[in-house]
Amino acid sequence: MSGSALRRGLVGALVIVAACGRARAPSGDVQLTMWAFGREGEVVQELMRDFEAAHPGIRVKVQQIPWMAAHEKLLTSYVGEMLPDIAQLGNTWIAEFETLDALAPLDSLIAGSRSLSRAAFFPGIWATNVVAGRTLGVPWYVDTRLLFYRRDLFERAGILAPPSTWDEWLVAMRRVKQLTGTPYGIFLPLSEWNPLVIFAMQAGSPLLTPGGLRGAFTDAPFRDAFAFYARIFDEGLAPRAGQQQLANVHQEFARGTFAMYITGPWQLGEFATRMPPALRGAWATAPMPGPRGDSSGISMAGGSSLVMFRGSRHPAEAWALIEWLSQPSTQLEFYRISGNLPPTYAAWQDPLLANNAHAAAFRTQLDRLRPLPAVPEWEQVATKVIEYQERVVRGVLTIDQAVVAMNRDVDRLLEKRRWIAERGQGADPR
Amino acid sequence: MKQQGAAAHHVEGVTKGRDGGGRQRAAWGFLAPALALIGVFFFVPVVAALLLSFTDFDLYALADRGVLRVIGLANYHQLLTNPDFLGALRNTLFYGLIGGPLSVAVSLGAALLVNARLAPFRGFFRTVYFAPYVTTLVAAAVIWRFMLHTRYGLVNHGLGALGIGPVDWLGDARWALPAIVLMSIWKSFGYNMVIFVAGLQTIPEELYEAASLDGAKGWTRFRHVTLPMLGPTLGFVSVITLINYFQLFAEPYVMTQGGPLRSTTSLVLLMYEEGFRWWRMGVAAAVAVVLFALVLAGTLLQRRLMREDA
Repeated sequence: MSGSALRRGLVGALVIVAACGRARAPSGDVQLTMWAFGREGEVVQELMRDFEAAHPGIRVKVQQIPWMAAHEKLLTSYVGEMLPDIAQLGNTWIAEFETLDALAPLDSLIAGSRSLSRAAFFPGIWATNVVAGRTLGVPWYVDTRLLFYRRDLFERAGILAPPSTWDEWLVAMRRVKQLTGTPYGIFLPLSEWNPLVIFAMQAGSPLLTPGGLRGAFTDAPFRDAFAFYARIFDEGLAPRAGQQQLANVHQEFARGTFAMYITGPWQLGEFATRMPPALRGAWATAPMPGPRGDSSGISMAGGSSLVMFRGSRHPAEAWALIEWLSQPSTQLEFYRISGNLPPTYAAWQDPLLANNAHAAAFRTQLDRLRPLPAVPEWEQVATKVIEYQERVVRGVLTIDQAVVAMNRDVDRLLEKRRWIAERGQGADPR
Repeated sequence: MKQQGAAAHHVEGVTKGRDGGGRQRAAWGFLAPALALIGVFFFVPVVAALLLSFTDFDLYALADRGVLRVIGLANYHQLLTNPDFLGALRNTLFYGLIGGPLSVAVSLGAALLVNARLAPFRGFFRTVYFAPYVTTLVAAAVIWRFMLHTRYGLVNHGLGALGIGPVDWLGDARWALPAIVLMSIWKSFGYNMVIFVAGLQTIPEELYEAASLDGAKGWTRFRHVTLPMLGPTLGFVSVITLINYFQLFAEPYVMTQGGPLRSTTSLVLLMYEEGFRWWRMGVAAAVAVVLFALVLAGTLLQRRLMREDA
């Protein structure tokens, strides 16, 4: 075999290898990979036909990943440099992936966009995508929590309007329990951190000190919120139970085991289909009550954002997909097939949402959102909230003991963050 | 011991033979692929984990190696002052020292039952008792969650019939750990039972005949014939079971996620959480090293005990 033949053979082999390595669609189109989780992953696939029809030359491969495995999969893929072009990201994870420097900053793309502007979105939900002044994601849907209640039980107890202050709320729980024979006024699952964290934000607690360097749980606002939370259990107005012990929340709600429940928009569809026919009109939604009435009735800005990863080889096409998914018309279609609530003002003016009685409370709540602390350790901090709220509710610790222990545990979790902050002083804070 | 001595002599004879060098090279040649695999997939990770446990490798270090610190024994010190770790250690010891022996006892009892000459449908029961072992854990856990449900569960229903009030099995920190131990025993005793049945069938019938001629019955036969003859099997099963229970992970992960109040978190579950949920690899590696030491100590102790018994 001559040298040139060998060389030609090698070059040929390399071309084949290179061709295999490229994730190109057969016709030479650009192929985008998108990861979406759980039910969203199922339904977003239906939208892609329309996108591909409107954008010839771009094909989208959607990979559906279960929510339980999503976080792990994203991190392992980051380590293995196997991240997709774009993905849905729970908005409490943005800070974490910002720390990893895995996300493409979007500010210049947004500034140059003809169809997407910051002003179109509810500010509370937009804020969850901004870390250290840089925009790293575009809100996809909102997952705030508010009050679901049994209107029929309220009426039998002589309560005419849903409560707006904490005091009115306690009264409502007591009256429902006393006058209707319902075992509990409300269900606050001990396995969820959201209710206590929402109460704390309502009372004015920042949860963490500025910069997310230490816990702020011994402050008065957090203690007040914790006292209110614990009181509900002490008075027997909520069951001392987690999600697991109540096998089926919908069944128990229909059965009248409790009259109120703090949960999110994904339950609108569930309640609509799972309530027995006799109770179809018996439940309603209301914005969160707050310590001092309406304006203090804030809730957390949960939800998912669309992000682009730095490693994407097709940033222009990926951005086109994000722009398209963020159009009010696409968002409405997404709401129709998934029940997830859109984050833009325009989408909420559509009759589909504007005339929906159950969604009206969410529209009110969207104006009263606060982002959670933007630190990568947030999920760990949240598990500490779960641990200590359960200890207090079960009488193992007093509130004073619990908040001191929470600060100690959370300070330990944030030790590395403080060290990096001290080290980085004077240098580029990134 | 005698057998080992004999084997050693044999090996010596081979290596000192005329052709010894060549044979030895050939032996190494045959062993090399396996040794290389063991080295790459066993020793390297173990050493890497040990080194990792002296650092604070975490999410920040993953993003920027510049913030990786070598912190010596600080991870271990932190573990010893961390109630989560001490709780997990206590739970793991409970799993190993209560669950392990109980599991061995149950499987031995089951083996004696299905091996008894008088028992009907022996093959049938062997299959039934082995079935949980081959059942998918998640499916079994879901069924057990139903059975242990506070209000609608079969277990509390049965207790209610006996006049005992409902127990919140998986929601009460006092009961969750025993409940998971019960479930694990149910899940795994079939495997040990099969080993015991095999062991029982190697016991020569003459020994029992001799024992009955001496007037031994029931318990005496078991104490003086079955148990000593089963010694090596019992030792093997005990060590394997102890190791398995020290490494218990899937049962609490599926049934309770380590709750309530972390009362069912095992060391492996803690390691998984630290490593793959929070990406604190340094701490996770330290937990792994502690678990390794614990399993090693347990195994050595058990071997010592077995040798004294024999």
